Amino acid sequence: MKLLRDTWLMFVRYFLIFIGNPAWVIIGVIQPVLYLLLFAPLLKSLVHIPGFPPGGAYNVFVPGLLIQLGLFGASGVGFGLIDELRSGVIERFRVTPVSRLALLLGRAGRDLLTLIVQSIILLALAIPFGLKPTWIGVLVMLGLVALIGLGMSSLAYSAALALKDENSYAPLVFTLSLPLLLLSGVLLPLQLAPDWLQHIAQVNPLSYAVTAARDVFNGNGGSIDVVKGLAIMAALAVVGVAIGARRFSRAIA
Amino acid sequence: MIHTRQLRRTFKGRRSTVEAVAGVDLDVTGGQTFGFLGPNGAGKTTTLRMLSTLLPVTSGEATVAGCDLRREPAKVRQRIGYVSQEGSSYSEVSGRRELVIQGRLYGMSGPAADKRAAELLETLELTDCGDRKTKTYSGGQKRRLDVGIGLMHLPQLLFLDEPTTGLDPQSRARMWDEVRRLRESGTTVFLTTHYLEEADALCDRIAIIDHGRIVAEGTPEELKREIAGDVVLVGPEGPPERARDVLKGQDFIRELTEEDGALRLYVDRGETAMPQIIRLLDGAGVTLSALSLHRPSLDDVFFRQTGRSLRETAP
Ligand SMILES: Nc1ncnc2c1ncn2[C@@H]1O[C@H](COP(=O)(O)OP(=O)(O)OP(=O)(O)O)[C@@H](O)[C@H]1O
Ligand SMILES: [Mg+2]
Repeated sequence: MKLLRDTWLMFVRYFLIFIGNPAWVIIGVIQPVLYLLLFAPLLKSLVHIPGFPPGGAYNVFVPGLLIQLGLFGASGVGFGLIDELRSGVIERFRVTPVSRLALLLGRAGRDLLTLIVQSIILLALAIPFGLKPTWIGVLVMLGLVALIGLGMSSLAYSAALALKDENSYAPLVFTLSLPLLLLSGVLLPLQLAPDWLQHIAQVNPLSYAVTAARDVFNGNGGSIDVVKGLAIMAALAVVGVAIGARRFSRAIA
Repeated sequence: MIHTRQLRRTFKGRRSTVEAVAGVDLDVTGGQTFGFLGPNGAGKTTTLRMLSTLLPVTSGEATVAGCDLRREPAKVRQRIGYVSQEGSSYSEVSGRRELVIQGRLYGMSGPAADKRAAELLETLELTDCGDRKTKTYSGGQKRRLDVGIGLMHLPQLLFLDEPTTGLDPQSRARMWDEVRRLRESGTTVFLTTHYLEEADALCDRIAIIDHGRIVAEGTPEELKREIAGDVVLVGPEGPPERARDVLKGQDFIRELTEEDGALRLYVDRGETAMPQIIRLLDGAGVTLSALSLHRPSLDDVFFRQTGRSLRETAP
């Protein structure tokens, strides 16, 4: 009960900060839109290559783009925390009886909400390009993005708490998210990759999310890949939050 | 309200270990304003952070606001307020909202928190900027908001880490008034400061800390009385070396120090010492530009205990 109340209070605080400066949501959407405009057209000529998943260029590309949005959106959240560590705001919360888990969940909740809003904007923008969404597809998609956001932002906060400094946090995050992205099949389907690369990609949880997202967008709502993707992302979220919770309660005891 | 026994905190670095607080015994009675006086790096902040549950203690015992610090940190948190040295209010949120959130985190209801926040903004003279983002506040406004945040839940005990450092004289006077008001309302205040006159003016009791150890403790009066006798300041014309050589080794002078071209003499009886000093210096042909008699100040107490002047070490 106290956890819920505290989480809500924290969520409201960070949400208000966010409302006060919505510029970066727009920035967050611009990048994927550039991919839509400048990269997706390239895929059109690849659609007929053997191994390219069915469903048309946009139905293949947009789901991956949303996963990428989740990954990048969440990996940047640590900067805000480092800022607050430095300005003493976190210390101020630490002397209160606030639930330590709520400090994490309130923030992550805000991040999640922004991701969902960004995803909806992006989906809507992709329709004129030729995306053909289904309701179930959109729902599963948002679920996947939410789980990735929760897991990844918790991990990002843990890293920020451990490092306490932008100059080491930034390189860490960018170095880790690039292989995660490349090995997820977001840009080009992994079906086109050589075997060894496909094997490595199997270790990357995000590749399952991408596969699931593409499947569900192409009318295979109940396929085993979709269930697998959701399950793996749920596990990622649980692990992420567990690690984050440990970090928060220890570093912020 | 606060009792500590052999409170200790060491920081282990890669190469060296810093003993920031080296066995501190404190007893602060409820309702008092207690001053923690010491130069940079003395261990004031470290002590405060331990007592407010922010920093694990290395060893020692402490009870704060009636609760054991190690075993019941949650209860301690509920009862204390803490205003950090660096402050905690540089954010995108308005001062009013920061206050309300703070109150609610202590379990206040929404309307109660709104009411209390409005009250605090009023007493701290922040009504004009209460609805602005705190990152636009001036230094003095920020400091007052920090104090307000610490007071939001009406704690029995408030820790103030250097509440007036960096404030102009007017803001400092306002802060002093605020601390006095708190004392009248029955709140125990534990404050740290570099300023002797601040400790003297505000505190019922003072502990002087240096290198992690308490070197003196008592009421300002007691501490000053510890230095029996008087202080004579001698300002010779030109460099002080001649005067120093003349006065050094005189029986009636217990201690002699040099400070900004003047000499500070600790003597048993100022009234009889002054004529002697004048006679001695006259005889040696030293001209005086100033000569004055003082009752000992806390600075003298600090000097006595540590061999250094607090004014030299303070920024
Ligand atoms: N996290 C830390 N790691 C290592 N050393 C530390 C740490 N925090 C404090 N110290 C050291 O402990 C000593 C006491 O520091 P503290 O901050 O308590 O001093 P202070 O009395 O508050 O000084 P000031 O008046 O400058 O605020 C200093 O030598 C400081 O360098
Ligand atoms: Mg300090």
